[in-house]
Amino acid sequence: MLLIDCPYCGPRPEVEFRCGGEAHIARPAQPADMDDKAWAEFLFIRSNPKGVHAERWIHQHGCQRWFNALRDTYTDAFIETYEMGTKPSRLPDGRTTR
Amino acid sequence: MRRFSFAALLAEAANAHQGWGRQWRNPEPKRSYDIVVVGAGGHGLATAYYLASVHGITNVAVLEKGWLGGGNTGRNTTIIRSNYLYDESAGIYEHAVKLWEGLSQELNYNVMFSQRGVMMLAHNQHDVQSLKRHIYANRLNGVDNEWLTPEQAKDFCPPLNISPDLRYPVIGAALQRRGGVARHDAVAWGYARAADARGVDIIQNCEVTGLRRGPNGAISGVETTRGFIGARRVGVVAAGHTSVIMSMADVRMPIESYPLQALVSEPVKPVFPCVVMSNAVHAYISQSDKGELVIGAGTDQYTSYSQQGGLHITTHTLDAILELFPQFSRMRMLRNWGGIVDVTPDRSPIIGKTPIEGLYVNCGWGTGGFKATPGSGHVFAHTLATGEPHKINAPFTLDRFYTGRLIDEAAAAAVAH
Repeated sequence: MLLIDCPYCGPRPEVEFRCGGEAHIARPAQPADMDDKAWAEFLFIRSNPKGVHAERWIHQHGCQRWFNALRDTYTDAFIETYEMGTKPSRLPDGRTTR
Repeated sequence: MRRFSFAALLAEAANAHQGWGRQWRNPEPKRSYDIVVVGAGGHGLATAYYLASVHGITNVAVLEKGWLGGGNTGRNTTIIRSNYLYDESAGIYEHAVKLWEGLSQELNYNVMFSQRGVMMLAHNQHDVQSLKRHIYANRLNGVDNEWLTPEQAKDFCPPLNISPDLRYPVIGAALQRRGGVARHDAVAWGYARAADARGVDIIQNCEVTGLRRGPNGAISGVETTRGFIGARRVGVVAAGHTSVIMSMADVRMPIESYPLQALVSEPVKPVFPCVVMSNAVHAYISQSDKGELVIGAGTDQYTSYSQQGGLHITTHTLDAILELFPQFSRMRMLRNWGGIVDVTPDRSPIIGKTPIEGLYVNCGWGTGGFKATPGSGHVFAHTLATGEPHKINAPFTLDRFYTGRLIDEAAAAAVAH
């Protein structure tokens, strides 16, 4: 079980959280202008790196607030957590780091 | 390849079994091949075998970063069935079951395929409707699946408790009698031996580190830890690492890789005659020929390549097993482990072309790929040999995520995702 550092509540066990998948995928501002390729990118295509991954979590059984996290998917170690609407101190490049 | 037979066994018995020898070579990679398959798991080895046996293409290498069969092939719970809802899925999984039925003879290798039946339990009206819908759809596709009353289910699987006052009463079940299990390692070994005998090079400890493209953009080979290997066509069969390999050619995939855990108990005498699944209770169980209870869990909630998952996931799974089979509450669990599964948005595989000429992919089997091993290899070999998909894998394109023609198999795995 992971120990996750909620930016609002501090470190709590993973069972209090739900993972919301890859972060920083912006909802289209003009859906009507999107073609099939853009929709597929938005809905289905994911970077899925073996390395640093930016993802969303919600502290479901705590403060119930969403936040972002950088986690290494090879070691499962959290690098940092940060509030919604902000950027991490470094962005993953979306590619494998190993 | 030395054929296994009763006569060979007798001869070796007289020789104290000293003469069996190695079952496949350990060759140095050549400078180039007609076709390179990335990944020597069951699907990759089956692909190589059918390339050689069906299409006569033997200038083939299978590259493996570790040892053959050491990834998900050796980590799954070995369940085989074909009772999927949609026509496309029934097509490919039934194709696989038909190949399973003759596989030990074809490979001259005992894969211990045992059609002991796969039973799915219904605990409520929704389960009944869903399972009956599957049964009717399966019958239309020529896939055997039948409805059992609780008494019939108890007859088929005596350990089942059908008392109506259980927390999750069994009010019926769907049974695919042709479903069952096989010995997963033997599947990899059998395909490896048969492919090797036909001239396929299986190159272990050879990790692909790059995909090289020629001036026209088409694939020209793969960079590996043992040097560059040229290839006219490359088939990526890398399961949980598909996104990693494809990113080497800047192809982004509709895949997320999750840990999926399983566990086995201490071996005991035969107590459990078939495979039992319950989607509502979120558990499935069978007993291996060695006597271990084999139990599969669900995926973890986050993507990972760590080949281990959270302990609370397995604990939850055991809770569910004990709801159905409290008689196993004193069993000791011997081992648990995780594999990395490549999950697509519609829970159906991707088998076919990519945007890059000469690069083909067979992936996205998610939590249930073992059962499809022969069928997957057979149709992917056709795709690699001819450059066009077999009619069975034609619907399983990468393109479907752009056109919207998904094959939405919510029941693709034994447990809810």
